[in-house]
Amino acid sequence: MQYQSQKVAMPYFIAAIGLFTGQILFGLIMGLQYVMGDFLFPAIPFNVARMVHTNLLIVWLLFGFMGAAYYMIPEETESELFSPKLAWLMFWIFLVAGALTIVGYLLVPYAGLAKMTFNDLWPTMGREFLEQPLPTKLGIVVVALAFLFNISMTILKGRKTSIALVLLMGLWGLAVFFLFSFYNPSNLVLDKYFWWWTVHLWVEGVWELILGSLLAFVLIKVTGVDREIIEKWLYIIVAMTLITGIIGTGHHYYWIGTPEYWQWFGSVFSALEPIPFFMMTVFAFTMVNRRRREHPNKAATLWALGTGVMSFLGAGVWGFLHTLAPVNFYTHGTQITAAHGHMAFYGAYVMVVLTIISYAMPVMRGRAANSEKAQVMEMWSFWLMTVAIVFITLFLTAAGILQVWLQRVSDTPMGFMAAQDQVTLFYWLREISGVIFLIGLITYIASFFVGGETKEAA
Amino acid sequence: MSTPSIVLHSHKPGSPPGDLAIWFFIFAELLAFGIFFGSYAFSRAHHVELFNQSQLLLNRESGAINALVLITSSYFVVRAVAAIKQGLDRECANWLAAAIGLGCVFVVIKLFEFHAKFSAGISLSTNTFYMFYLSLTIFHFMHVILGMVILAAVMLKARRGGYTPEEHTGVETGASYWHMVDLVWVVLFPLVYVIR
Repeated sequence: MQYQSQKVAMPYFIAAIGLFTGQILFGLIMGLQYVMGDFLFPAIPFNVARMVHTNLLIVWLLFGFMGAAYYMIPEETESELFSPKLAWLMFWIFLVAGALTIVGYLLVPYAGLAKMTFNDLWPTMGREFLEQPLPTKLGIVVVALAFLFNISMTILKGRKTSIALVLLMGLWGLAVFFLFSFYNPSNLVLDKYFWWWTVHLWVEGVWELILGSLLAFVLIKVTGVDREIIEKWLYIIVAMTLITGIIGTGHHYYWIGTPEYWQWFGSVFSALEPIPFFMMTVFAFTMVNRRRREHPNKAATLWALGTGVMSFLGAGVWGFLHTLAPVNFYTHGTQITAAHGHMAFYGAYVMVVLTIISYAMPVMRGRAANSEKAQVMEMWSFWLMTVAIVFITLFLTAAGILQVWLQRVSDTPMGFMAAQDQVTLFYWLREISGVIFLIGLITYIASFFVGGETKEAA
Repeated sequence: MSTPSIVLHSHKPGSPPGDLAIWFFIFAELLAFGIFFGSYAFSRAHHVELFNQSQLLLNRESGAINALVLITSSYFVVRAVAAIKQGLDRECANWLAAAIGLGCVFVVIKLFEFHAKFSAGISLSTNTFYMFYLSLTIFHFMHVILGMVILAAVMLKARRGGYTPEEHTGVETGASYWHMVDLVWVVLFPLVYVIR
């Protein structure tokens, strides 16, 4: 570790992995509720489990992004963090606020929680992914601003690299687009219209910039390829992401009351969205093939390559599958969407955070890489989780195709619940894959506690 | 005026002129326009009458003038590249300034055209033809502006003496992008304004 203040990334990464575990446990609970509707009812109803599952995902990824920024920025700017103390303070504020929110979801009925947290003064709750009570939302803004202040000040006083600037652009974008979660017009069309400005412009816009810069940082470190080459790739990927992703928002605007031209804009531009992801795959493999050193951290390289492949499959291919308006006419809001969501989030964002953790954690613990034994275990966890998510995606896709057929295409369309009964088998198979994912996650966590011979950090 | 002899391959033989990165960009842009052109053809096949009627209301003269304007500006850009290959950076900058000037002419003519359409109450939701007409021309319009910004950056650097006969990748990069902007109009104009 070149700079002392980089170490503040460690609590962020540990919290991220902890919340990740919570996310998976609630995923399993919910997966079981798909086939055993009254499982854990009334303690944890389905809607609460779902909210906890998705909110934990977002919060732990944010912890991961912040940790990554705190680790990368001192090294990129060649200067200590502006204020490590502020970073520590924000860590505790964010963790406590996040934990209280989850406890609130679990212990108080949602309507009661809304009442307790002044939702009637400024209604923002009740919308998918943005369910957080007002105080939590305000807390997120405060933490994000303090975090951005800290990172921006560090960049201002240090070296300015493209990787740092792309990361900064992504993080500022993340904060700015979150502000739309406070805008909740009573017109349902406008509500949905701007809701996507947070949700879509995060995951198919600014988060991709964060993804690109994290991946570029780790690739420079593990391959030793010239920064100049890596940065050129990063620029093209960023340009392609923004060209396709921004107007690509249109693929959420089909038949929700927005003008018809969105069907064309959404279809054309989002059909091109796989390109930046494909470039990311080619980028990762080309850089690793051109490597100029053999970095001892093989696990981090594996995660980096995995991010390239899985983000292309999950976000690119599975996104394209249902992005064209005439296709989406049938698939909208079915298990096809769930299939895409699982592989895209895992392939793009989960994997890139695990990539940077895999690279940075050993360094922060005073070694270039973990022992052979620990790395083998980590690579096992890579394969277990990745194969499990592939099967979750395939089973959900099968469930989705069947659902679309039974419910929307056949001559005698079934009702929603009747169609759900017909796809139970796939839900069971998905749940089994979920258990394998959990085993992979436990293996991953265990790999941090495996000893063995290690090399000193360079 | 004597025509300077042009060295055709100052860049590595076998690789495209300019920075390779711009070619990824150009390819992606052409793909996006290509898909849009394809969608236009597909839609037109379903609404031939509507497309023909609406098309007659377009201002073909201004479209044709703009085609000439852009083709001429592309020629100026070619002269700029030829000039820098001979180390004439002042001349290169002047040719680029002329190309940017014609870009401005394009923009002004287009603004008059848009103004006339918007005053007539035409919008993206008027009908499918106008949806395509407006989105294609507005997207292209934004590319003209971006192209002018790129040419301006190249021009300023050329004026400062930033390019040499050996190293002038930047000029070729800007020129390649500008030719793409021109090429798209050369397809767009007949497709949307003329062909029935």
